[in-house]
Amino acid sequence: MLNYSLALFGANPAQPVQQIIIALVVFTLAIFIGFEVINRVPVLLHTPLTSGSNAISGITIVGALLAAYSTKEALGHTGEFIATVLGTLAIIFATINVIGGYVVTDRMLKMFKKSPRK
Amino acid sequence: MPILAFTLNDFIGLAYLVASVLFILGLKMMSQVATARRGNFISSAGMALAGVVTLLYIGDNQLISLTWVFAALLIGTAIGLLLALKTPMTGMPQMVALLNGFGGMASLLVACGDYVNSVSRHSHLNPLVLQVMTRPWSELLAVGLTVLVGGVTFTGSMIAFGKLQGLKITPSKPIQFPGQKATIAALLVLCLILSCVMIPTPMSGQWMVPTIAVAALLLGVLLVIGIGGADMPVVICLLNSYSGIAGAFAGFVLNNMALIITGSLVGASGLILTNIMCKAMNRSLANVLFGGVGANEGQASSGSDGAPQGNARQFLVEDVTYLLGNASQVMVVPGYGMAVAQAQHAVADMGKLLEERGIKVRYAIHPVAGRMPGHMNVLLAEANVPYDVLLDLDGSNAEFEQTDVALIIGANDVTNPAARHAKSSPIYGMPILDCDKAKQVVVIKRSLNPGFAGVENELYFRDNCGMLFGDAKKMVTELISRLKQEG
Repeated sequence: MLNYSLALFGANPAQPVQQIIIALVVFTLAIFIGFEVINRVPVLLHTPLTSGSNAISGITIVGALLAAYSTKEALGHTGEFIATVLGTLAIIFATINVIGGYVVTDRMLKMFKKSPRK
Repeated sequence: MPILAFTLNDFIGLAYLVASVLFILGLKMMSQVATARRGNFISSAGMALAGVVTLLYIGDNQLISLTWVFAALLIGTAIGLLLALKTPMTGMPQMVALLNGFGGMASLLVACGDYVNSVSRHSHLNPLVLQVMTRPWSELLAVGLTVLVGGVTFTGSMIAFGKLQGLKITPSKPIQFPGQKATIAALLVLCLILSCVMIPTPMSGQWMVPTIAVAALLLGVLLVIGIGGADMPVVICLLNSYSGIAGAFAGFVLNNMALIITGSLVGASGLILTNIMCKAMNRSLANVLFGGVGANEGQASSGSDGAPQGNARQFLVEDVTYLLGNASQVMVVPGYGMAVAQAQHAVADMGKLLEERGIKVRYAIHPVAGRMPGHMNVLLAEANVPYDVLLDLDGSNAEFEQTDVALIIGANDVTNPAARHAKSSPIYGMPILDCDKAKQVVVIKRSLNPGFAGVENELYFRDNCGMLFGDAKKMVTELISRLKQEG
């Protein structure tokens, strides 16, 4: 009975764990790390943190570059064209996000100064 | 047993891991002023590493020729630099909203592009055979979800941008219509169903993916259009979180750990900030999103024409100068009105002038003052106010009783003592700055009109409070010249 139900769910010791499960594990743990890392940020730094983490979400630039990675021969002409347009636009948007985010965060953080000790 | 060689893929994977560690370290360092700037730099180094390694991996075996890739990178860099360097500090909320939106859009495009790639490859290989695409269920589901979250992030951010920028097509007050919530729910369910249906019938995604995209874009508009301008700090945090989640989902599409880790970090940090903002207003996220608070913004609740009413005391510039000059502790309470009037430099100058006379000047900053988390801190930092005199909610409330003059500039609801006792008030329970406990309160404000929440501020009618009517910048400048005259 147990074997039967395990088979139903595709459990087979000889089969490697599916990629998606590894990905889900990583996803879940990273969320916990995110909560731990950010939890004690003073109000003072909320804006730079927002824009700085916003810049980090530009990591999708890696995805944009990878989406561009594909063998040319395998695509039909229409598909190739559409994918080119989508990929190029994705790179542009992600780059604005990354560059704009980091530069503006630095610009803000540069302004925070301690009062001169009297 | 065969020995598996160290491949290029392994190298790339390790480089992504290093980049992820740099992001985590960078974020951690950004929680302290002393290390924040270095933290941002470290995180950008992580991004550079991830980008360069990916470019190397792509090499010249790419769909888009490298010319296009570099052209796109250059265009993006130019626009990004222009935005980052030219936007004034008062425009930061809009800028952050815009960048959030772009991140979401990029993730949406990545998912669509990846889908087009796999469809085209299939159609090409078996042009006549019944087309069956073989992709794991998780990747197909992730395409739908990425398009959904990315689309909502994009249009939601654009609407937030419009509201913050004061564009006419996106009025700052919430726009709500009958059936709005039902439409939102229907669109959301449609997107989720289509994403699931795509799993057994991958080829049907050719019309489903665009449908999800359109529905998600519409959803983003409907979600944010119903939220008032002063609730934008929450919206910005939430959209920030969404842009991270969209990136993480795109990581599921491409099976890329760098995207998954980094996206979820940002998703989590955005959620934490969202939660902080909601707590600071004593409201639930649902109330912020769907409550339509602020619909009667700018209208007096008791049907007045905006003229001073009740028996609030009116001060003249010389009264306030006298009070300030004779104080030994002054607490400045800035709000959105200071940002609108661009008065931060004048306020800082006044603070310096008082400091020179041996008066202790500090600034009480409410977590939701302004239009984005930490808005006031950034503006005052820009005006060279050192950050150690910027006090947070608890820090300021510990000081008000010893404060001689609390000078409120453009803040309203966050100073209303009704939040402490009036159970019927919409702002009841909201943590406020206890300005009323100062010996003397001075409010610089254009009129007695109620603030965002549409309630009258009972502080204005207290014995220890006086109003200085006028534009924040003009009034502060007048105070400065008067103080100088009296020398």
